[in-house]
Amino acid sequence: MSGLADVVVVGAGIVGAACARACALRGLRTVVVDGAVVGGGATAAGMGHIVAMDDSPAQLALTAYSQQLWREMAEDLPPEVEFDACGTLWVAADEEEMAEVRRKQGVYASIGIATEVLDSHALAEAEPHLRRGLAGALQAGSDAVLYPPCAAAFLIREAQRAGAEVLLGQAVVSAGQGRVRLQNGTALSAARIVLAAGADSSRLLPGVPVRKRRGHLVITDRYPGYVRHQLVELGYLKSAHSMTTDSVAFNVQPRKTGQLLIGSSREYGAEVAEVNRALMTAMLARAESYLPGLGALGAIRVWTGFRAATPDKLPLIGPWPGDATLWLATGHEGLGITTSLGTAEVLVTGMLGGKRPIPPEPYLPGRFAGAHEGAPVTEQAHA
Amino acid sequence: MREAGGGVSLMVNGASVTVAPGTTVAAAVMMAGTMTRTSVSGEPRAPLCGMGICFECRVTIDGATHQRSCQIVCAPGMDVQTGAAEARQA
Amino acid sequence: MKQHFDVLVVGAGPAGVVAAVTAAQCGQRAALVDDNPAAGGQIWRSGAPLPKAARAWLARLESSRVVRLQGWRVFDAPGRTVLLAERNGASAAGLGDGTEIAELHAAKVILATGARERFLPFPGWTLPHVTGVGGLDALTRGGLPMAGKRVVVAGTGPLLLAVAGHLAGNGARIVAVCEQAPLERLVRLGMHVLREPGKLWQGMQYRRAMRTRLLTRCWVTAAHGEDRVRSVTLRQGKKHWEVGCDALACGFHLVPNTELAELLGCRVEEGLVATDEQMRTSVEDVYCAGEPTGIGGVELSRLEGQIAALAACGRGEEARGMAARRRGKLGFVRALAAACQLDPELKKLTTDETIVCRCEDVRFRALRGRLNWREAKLQTRCGMGPCQGRVCGAATEFLFGWGADSVRPPVFPAAVASLAAAGQANNFTATMTTSEETEENV
Repeated sequence: MSGLADVVVVGAGIVGAACARACALRGLRTVVVDGAVVGGGATAAGMGHIVAMDDSPAQLALTAYSQQLWREMAEDLPPEVEFDACGTLWVAADEEEMAEVRRKQGVYASIGIATEVLDSHALAEAEPHLRRGLAGALQAGSDAVLYPPCAAAFLIREAQRAGAEVLLGQAVVSAGQGRVRLQNGTALSAARIVLAAGADSSRLLPGVPVRKRRGHLVITDRYPGYVRHQLVELGYLKSAHSMTTDSVAFNVQPRKTGQLLIGSSREYGAEVAEVNRALMTAMLARAESYLPGLGALGAIRVWTGFRAATPDKLPLIGPWPGDATLWLATGHEGLGITTSLGTAEVLVTGMLGGKRPIPPEPYLPGRFAGAHEGAPVTEQAHA
Repeated sequence: MREAGGGVSLMVNGASVTVAPGTTVAAAVMMAGTMTRTSVSGEPRAPLCGMGICFECRVTIDGATHQRSCQIVCAPGMDVQTGAAEARQA
Repeated sequence: MKQHFDVLVVGAGPAGVVAAVTAAQCGQRAALVDDNPAAGGQIWRSGAPLPKAARAWLARLESSRVVRLQGWRVFDAPGRTVLLAERNGASAAGLGDGTEIAELHAAKVILATGARERFLPFPGWTLPHVTGVGGLDALTRGGLPMAGKRVVVAGTGPLLLAVAGHLAGNGARIVAVCEQAPLERLVRLGMHVLREPGKLWQGMQYRRAMRTRLLTRCWVTAAHGEDRVRSVTLRQGKKHWEVGCDALACGFHLVPNTELAELLGCRVEEGLVATDEQMRTSVEDVYCAGEPTGIGGVELSRLEGQIAALAACGRGEEARGMAARRRGKLGFVRALAAACQLDPELKKLTTDETIVCRCEDVRFRALRGRLNWREAKLQTRCGMGPCQGRVCGAATEFLFGWGADSVRPPVFPAAVASLAAAGQANNFTATMTTSEETEENV
């Protein structure tokens, strides 16, 4: 199937889906292509946590803006998306971490996000299964959770309703210079290409500074009400922040099914899907230290997934300097679900002009020196 | 319900049931005329595979949830709660 | 609890029992782990009149030095010969004191994980007292009384007549035995059966059941009832009719349990664990015997258990000597597979409202038109429940041609604490020093 599109989006994960929807809604003739199914990569593997994250001002700006878009979309989301505005509790183990809680509250307040500080007693009431003796928590009521594969499918359907074409099960072998070549030999021509291939992006664009950062998750059987908010330890940011070491951090999500999703872990250098049991054990031990009863709950499955990590922990949204047709929407690490909607708006206002929702400079791919040298893979065959 | 000399007595949903030694909890629940679990959309379910792979026979035994009753032999004094009881409490 | 063995056998059906006993007879420290309360797997279960060979082997097991890990569920394999198993703790009331974990190290592992029934969805199949064929057999062996109950036995495969005979022997009223295969195929299979002396005993069981109505090219199109099944609709050619019943036992032959083999990285082809003539899998030190290598019945399972154990114990020549006998029985595997071919009409049994995934109540209409298993799973939750596709996977494979997802730990749901034990298990293999082992009552 060939023909001239206005934009071809490579990748039907949540970011690609959001971008496709945004493009189609603005009247661009849009084609989305993915080698597998909608939302089958990191979108399926990760937690659907919609969270305002303050590792940096640029990260906070993008997550807060995007979170607002999710809230506005919430009532349109079908039930299988399982959108739940349950909020996050950033759990403080001691007084030192409580100081961090108060600092964090200030940071959120500066951008207009209201939060509440819970003391030890209030925390125990809010989450009875947390261990005794925690110092308290910061309650971010505007955070939410959802089930990402169905959210991505919803966004894709919205894109299709606005005229987008979706090609699934079509592996992409090259993307650049206005052409996306598929494994079956066909080529799609487009004025613009959006590379939203997540951890797979560096295969298609060798110069792009995206590395795989693997994570583990464990899902339990159904225990409705065991946990009521997304629970994250304050040390989570340290774990996400480190660029070199393998790490774990307490991060547990209640699903609407009553199942608990237990995370989190981060590894560099792991390329295969097979579970790293030592790291999984460390992750579970960390989780059990916050939720002592967790050990007795039934676990149904463990899996891994690959986040797309960049050197400065900010995504790549915008034009790729080496190629006038190529735009990036990738490198979202653990925040792809949250920032998908915001990414799409930043991307299309960059592509087409229009009022910029937030300053796009921090996310421009050109900020990395190598971006100017790297050429996208075009006509070469790939295994 | 069978009366048996040397029978094993246990509770199913608060009612006393006596079964032959070696009887599985799944069989005891079926003999008591009740379902084992309620499905996610509210259907009554009972054992299907009898060998521990279908998970339809799950009941709560002595407070422990999600127990596959076809793989568990009745013991004296066991307290079994089935989906029927859960549905009533809901 | 940490234990080292020379030979660790997983699954206490015919293949596993024979393998464990054989390994012990070869002087090896052997263990047999199985999650059922008693040995025998599905086919050698207590509560039924067992053939002489079965009684003999079970007796040998009892009097052997095989370490018995009965009631333990293997859920993970942190190393290729390191398995983790758990069982619920014992207390005065039988359960509830928490879960015990066993870390099992072995020089050789023999997988004898058997097979499970294939279930196909049809309207009403989720009603209580609709069970599998082997399922009802297992439940009756577990103490469910069937005397005087009207039972319809349906589906396909040798289990139908065997179980109907067993039920009839226990006083059940067999209303009908409905085999979806045509009579000609059964006759061809029957010829195979008659060629094997060991099958004559099974034939005797069949004869008793044969007094009942055996209908071929016949299947259940719907089960009816509110709180439990009260009647079923049968179809044979163009005829449809309804029969009342107290129970419906319906299953479509067997599907090998290959999950543990897959977790260990063994090559699996067309749903069967690939082995050489000494029952070695593609993974070093891991063997597989019995139904997971091909559904072929009890005698073949026993033979493969013996071959695997001899090979695992370093008695390669004796193992090779038995290969010819095994080859002779492989014809039955092919004949059985041919006989149990499913009629394509069975794909039409589902309506839009028929539940396909029972764990998550996913209906046929949600699955129709999906690209593959993965899309169906992610979008509908099909296969995400505790059975992890063991029931719905075979059904969706038949209905849509979908292959399964990759196997991940745990192969059975296990406590989070049990799962966490995997990271602490060391992966050391052949240097077991038996003097350091503690003799523990398991």
